[in-house]
Amino acid sequence: MSVLIDIEKKLSGYDLKVNIEGDNEVTALLGASGCGKSMTLKCIAGIEKPDRGRIIADGRVLFDSEKHINVPPEKRNVGLMFQNYALFPNMTVRQNICAGARRKNSDRNVRCSKAEMYMDYFGIRDIADRLPKYISGGQQQRTALARILVSEPDILLLDEPFSALDSHLRFATEQEVRKVIREFGRTVIMVSHDRDEVFRMADRIAVINNGIIEKYASRDEVFRSPGTVNGAILTGCKNISPIKKIDERHILALDWNLLLETAEDVGNSAYAGIRMHYVNGSAPVNSYECVVTDVIENPFSYTVMLMAEGGSEKAFGWEMEKDKWRQIRGDRVMIHIPPESVLLLR
Amino acid sequence: MFPLLNSLRIAGISTVIILLTGIPAAYYIAKTPRVIKGVLDVILTLPLVLPPTVVGYLLLRVLGPKHAIGAWFLETFNVKLTMTWWSAIFATVVVIFPLMYRTARGAFEAFDETLAYAGRTLGLSRTYIFWRIRLPYCRQGILAGTVLAFARALGEYGATSMISGYTPGRTATISTTVYQLWRTNDDALAFRWVMVNLAISFVVLLAVNLLERKNSPSGKRRNRQSRAVTPAAGEIVRKEGD
Repeated sequence: MSVLIDIEKKLSGYDLKVNIEGDNEVTALLGASGCGKSMTLKCIAGIEKPDRGRIIADGRVLFDSEKHINVPPEKRNVGLMFQNYALFPNMTVRQNICAGARRKNSDRNVRCSKAEMYMDYFGIRDIADRLPKYISGGQQQRTALARILVSEPDILLLDEPFSALDSHLRFATEQEVRKVIREFGRTVIMVSHDRDEVFRMADRIAVINNGIIEKYASRDEVFRSPGTVNGAILTGCKNISPIKKIDERHILALDWNLLLETAEDVGNSAYAGIRMHYVNGSAPVNSYECVVTDVIENPFSYTVMLMAEGGSEKAFGWEMEKDKWRQIRGDRVMIHIPPESVLLLR
Repeated sequence: MFPLLNSLRIAGISTVIILLTGIPAAYYIAKTPRVIKGVLDVILTLPLVLPPTVVGYLLLRVLGPKHAIGAWFLETFNVKLTMTWWSAIFATVVVIFPLMYRTARGAFEAFDETLAYAGRTLGLSRTYIFWRIRLPYCRQGILAGTVLAFARALGEYGATSMISGYTPGRTATISTTVYQLWRTNDDALAFRWVMVNLAISFVVLLAVNLLERKNSPSGKRRNRQSRAVTPAAGEIVRKEGD
């Protein structure tokens, strides 16, 4: 099942311009809130109409502005799980799932047996006769997923699938959902602002900022080289500084007053990022003695704030395990930033 | 006993009529753009704030035997639209329509449209969504509107007396009977009918309260609906005081 999405839509504040493809894999749209992620999903599902472009699922045209095709949502065969799950409040868990089964099954008995099957699969048979408001968030999510999967969609869209859950529930739920969508085996497009979630779930990632896709690549590529300041922030890089280009392989990080060698050509990059956990040890290049300005204790690590000698403006963070810090603790430390850990950003 | 039966059947039939017209009106107007909505809203709500005598006058101008529709009916079907027991239905329908329309519209507007979208992405038809998701969601508001409208219909006096008149045993309702008895100094009997009316209104308003309270611990949604109902209830009380 291949999916092609190439749409444009004018929104208040920015223009949405999304161009992604999927082929039986999990694509994540990673972006801050209000960047157009959810709007993209709504356009694919047919709830919102793009101004221009086309959406094609396995050769079937769902939307084409030039040919004036706009298939209504009920005929698209695209399942969308809403952030708040949108379970029908007047129906029990079983009735909700039976309603989802209507798309593919006109026979009531078949619908019911399908629904039972999915309730077993999701382990929600014991709450089958309860109304959505009387079940937990995790159970609501499973009901919503069951209701969508029983409708056998060609594409599954997940809008911030875990944001409505308490943090302690998230991890377990995430594993379940991961298993479910692997077994679903078709194209999944999810939206999230959580880099850990996206890293664990997605094959490919599109970084969105103000409606524009800044980087669209495999998961590892996006995390290795996020490309833009926004992408670096979204993938969890906290040390970002404007730079001055010295030559193709050397930059001066202005905020930290650090002269750094890079692994790639600097080109016209204007910023650089350093991942906290890459900063470690000492080596011939990119090694500096730094002054410790602050030590922040996290549950399982320390974040040590450092400043280079010679009047840098801002400190940068360096995260390390507790044992490690206890060994090297002091007012000054040597750090080494491997050239390949310097992220060149636009 | 005739006035009681007559009042009940007029109120009953009127309520059924506004159920069938008020809900679709509310549904479609809740979806229309703001400007059109504003205008239609004013027109449909007008009978709620007009004195019933004004409504009666306007109805007579249309349905009276010497006026447009009334004359046509008299000529074509040999049916007089005024001064029969069922003429009062015209009056009560017009007067109570806004109550149904406004409460139902409030309920429809409180509906979480995400649910309809979710239904559509599941492949459910719009008809299914309307009957199985939207209406049940709005049930509480619609029920409350229905009961309020029925109560108001029972108490209708002004427009009813103008269009149906007062003929004992033929067009008399509780409210017109009370007026007539008071006018003819039959205080004891008037008081009895007053008590009958009070009892019915009490029961009906009690029913509204119970309907609103039912399921209310479940959350915000119910509260929002009951708030939509309360101003209308206040208006009735003021009207009956007129």
